[in-house]
Amino acid sequence: MIIETSGLRKSFRSRQGREKKTVEAVRGVDLRVDEGEIFGFLGPNGAGKTTTLRMLATLIVPDGGAATVAGVDLMRDPGEVRRRIGYVAQGGSTWDDSTAREELVLQARLYGIGKSVALERAARALDAFQLSEYADRKCKTYSGGQRRRVDIALGIIHEPRVVFLDEPTTGLDPQSRAHMWDEIRRLRTEGMTVFITTHYLEEADALCDRIAIMDNGEVVAEGTPAALKREISHDVITVGLNGATAEAATLLDSVTFVSRLEKLDTGDGLRLFVEDGATAMPQVLRELERNGVTLKSIELHRPSLDDVFLTKTGRSLREK
Amino acid sequence: MKFLRDTWLIFARQMQLLLRNPVWVFVGVFQPVMYLLLFAPLLKPALSPLGVTSDAEAYRVFVPGLLVLLAIFGGLFQGFGLIAELRAGVIERSRVTPVSRFALLLGRSLRDVVSLIAQAGIITILALFFDLRVFIGDLLLAYLMLALIALMTSAVSYGVALAVKSEDALAPLMNTVAQPVLLLSGILLPLQFAPGWLEDVAKWNPFSWAVDGTRALFAGDIGNDRVWQGLLIVAVLTVLAVWWAAREFARSVR
Ligand SMILES: Nc1ncnc2c1ncn2[C@@H]1O[C@H](COP(=O)(O)OP(=O)(O)OP(=O)(O)O)[C@@H](O)[C@H]1O
Ligand SMILES: [Mg+2]
Repeated sequence: MIIETSGLRKSFRSRQGREKKTVEAVRGVDLRVDEGEIFGFLGPNGAGKTTTLRMLATLIVPDGGAATVAGVDLMRDPGEVRRRIGYVAQGGSTWDDSTAREELVLQARLYGIGKSVALERAARALDAFQLSEYADRKCKTYSGGQRRRVDIALGIIHEPRVVFLDEPTTGLDPQSRAHMWDEIRRLRTEGMTVFITTHYLEEADALCDRIAIMDNGEVVAEGTPAALKREISHDVITVGLNGATAEAATLLDSVTFVSRLEKLDTGDGLRLFVEDGATAMPQVLRELERNGVTLKSIELHRPSLDDVFLTKTGRSLREK
Repeated sequence: MKFLRDTWLIFARQMQLLLRNPVWVFVGVFQPVMYLLLFAPLLKPALSPLGVTSDAEAYRVFVPGLLVLLAIFGGLFQGFGLIAELRAGVIERSRVTPVSRFALLLGRSLRDVVSLIAQAGIITILALFFDLRVFIGDLLLAYLMLALIALMTSAVSYGVALAVKSEDALAPLMNTVAQPVLLLSGILLPLQFAPGWLEDVAKWNPFSWAVDGTRALFAGDIGNDRVWQGLLIVAVLTVLAVWWAAREFARSVR
């Protein structure tokens, strides 16, 4: 267990005109992150992801709760936590008039690394993140994706055991995002624990070993993406029929792998709940054909993390 | 030693960025030179009631005032640069490293001190052409006073910048501080002209003591009580300002 939190809380007081309001940004978060995994924090805007990360990175002091990060008590020794972690903020961290190389060398040196080693590390990081070509150009001339890569390189220049990446891929095009995923996976192979936040379902699904879904300051679900999806629902096969609905229903009801079956409200089809849709689909087709029932359409729906989110919160994460 | 190393790292970076921006260097030198060339000639006649009869005497009164003015204003407006750094995420990035929070402040403030002393040097040399004469020992002590003032005002500006986090709030705040400080310090004209009540109020302005001390040094009057009094007052305030601002660096949120 490289990160463990219990009951982590934080609220902010903010003023709107005369009125003082309290926002409970994080309301008691319990998390366990294993060493060497990519752990994802999935949640909509304002869920409290950044606030949680900033607490774990020692940038803000929690109102309550406890946490150990990389084997150190967060409350008792934030200085030691700082030495062991890296943190990449959501909003970027580079200065317009500096070059990537200067930023990297400075960052390494702020961690106490000597000048020649810092230069070496910077060169290696520039290479690894495919930045060598622009290394000595001012950061303001970089594209968004290049600049984001500098941010990530800055966060890991001192080879921390844990790195927190707050929305590392927001604003990147699909290709850059895929590259970034590869780079994050590479960090995992080097033995680093990566804690990322995202509001992309695909990203949580494809990149993360385990995820926690956060909404409104609370963790509503935690587990591997596959387990979370399995937990909430089966795969669903929808068959469209031209009549003979009742006949088809009797036929399919007796098939063993169909765990539940219901008629569509429109009366021209069935909904089948199965364990594994991919293997069930051809069997359904064969069964119906063999008994002379003609099919109009067939469709497979596998639960997504959005369904998980929907089940747990009653809302959809995907903006329509 | 970590603290000194950290301070040096921050200072070196800030210095590098400052020198990379030639516009700033130009403005920093150009403005005081304009004061020297365009404002100072008004002085000799204006100061004649005080018994000033030569250019040299007028510059001896005006140059120290101008230098203190630059130190105060140069420092007070440094906070704007810090807000830009806050916005870029540079401060947050430093704050997750183990770097000393005092170093984050001092590295920046020392850059401000160095650039002020450079400005002061240029002005002093130019003033020599107008027959200003000052002993080197007195001058160094005067520069110490200026360095402390710049350190104090820039620390205050950084602290306030971290507390308010927006240019819109920082600008009026700093102007509100600067205006009475300026008017009540006898910087532009010595307070000997002032009515008694104004002089009494000015006694509460630490910069008025600093200006008097600096003027005494430029006049070669190192034994004047105002010299050590001014240095002491400014030194104490500088320590307080640095301590407070470093705390802001340690606790600032977002
Ligand atoms: N410094 C602050 N002062 C006041 N309110 C804050 C502050 N920081 C965060 N909040 C509030 O706390 C809540 C959680 O914010 P947070 O930034 O943690 O969300 P998030 O999950 O990171 O969202 P996003 O996906 O948009 O980045 C929000 O309602 C936000 O307005
Ligand atoms: Mg966020």
